[in-house]
Amino acid sequence: MALQDKYKPLIDAATASGVTNLQVKEQDGVLYVNGNAPSGAVKDKLWNEYDKIDPNFTTGDLVLDVDVSGAVDGGKLKVITERSNLNIRKGPGTDQPIVGKAAHNEIVTLVSKTSDQWWLIRSVDGEEGYAYAQYLEPVK
Amino acid sequence: MKKQIFKLLLLCISVAVMSTTIESCKSKVKDEDVKTAAETALKANPDLQGVTVSVTDGVASLGGEVKDQSAKTAAESAVKDINGLKSVKNDITVAAAPVPSAPVTISGDDELTKNVADAIKDHSTVTAAVKDSVITLTGTIKKTELPKLMQKLHALKPKKVDNKLTVK
Repeated sequence: MALQDKYKPLIDAATASGVTNLQVKEQDGVLYVNGNAPSGAVKDKLWNEYDKIDPNFTTGDLVLDVDVSGAVDGGKLKVITERSNLNIRKGPGTDQPIVGKAAHNEIVTLVSKTSDQWWLIRSVDGEEGYAYAQYLEPVK
Repeated sequence: MKKQIFKLLLLCISVAVMSTTIESCKSKVKDEDVKTAAETALKANPDLQGVTVSVTDGVASLGGEVKDQSAKTAAESAVKDINGLKSVKNDITVAAAPVPSAPVTISGDDELTKNVADAIKDHSTVTAAVKDSVITLTGTIKKTELPKLMQKLHALKPKKVDNKLTVK
């Protein structure tokens, strides 16, 4: 319970911001918080809360796995790299050859979610391949 | 004399038969009343809407399904004091309890090692090791890049992330 108290502001923020399927579970001294955030802004807000409670995330007593819901096949995704292009690859993995690039802030189309990490996308130029899901955010 | 005794005996028998008939008639009417009273009592509690009741010879049989054991007990309590009820047979079933929350999903080392390599690719100053589903990070990182790296790693379902990075 102590961990839930420590991270209470974060959990409260998640509830208040409309995170759905929120699950909070403590196991072997680590608190696991999962859920679907309604937007990328909410996800960033929760990570800010986390950084406030545990500066630089050094304690290692929380695993915060909140993804941004709303990514559906055929839907639009925004490339949210820091500034660089996003690699589009032949297969799901960084060991796979690069077949195209999507620019920072470009809007691409989700073809299908291959895994939690890799999504099959199509760029505006029509290039189709796998991109890292953490650099993609559904467009409302 | 013999005839008189016989008559008396016959009278006794007819009285006995009649009283049984009257008794059973009375009981049949009562069963209906008990059933109505029981249904009214059950209706008063929203948790007991799935309960059915039938009454035979003053014995009420409760059936149907409720959400938990306390509702099952409550159904019995709700009807047991009804006038004319001799006993209650409680055959109510309790709905299956929701599946207890499963243990946290944690990825194995092989899967994590592959995915961690993908996740840290864009962070060239970071080194990661995976052991027993724990990701240990060493090296340096810019503060601005740290949340993104952590978001990527936490999404891989590790047991924990041991962050020993020097933040610049």
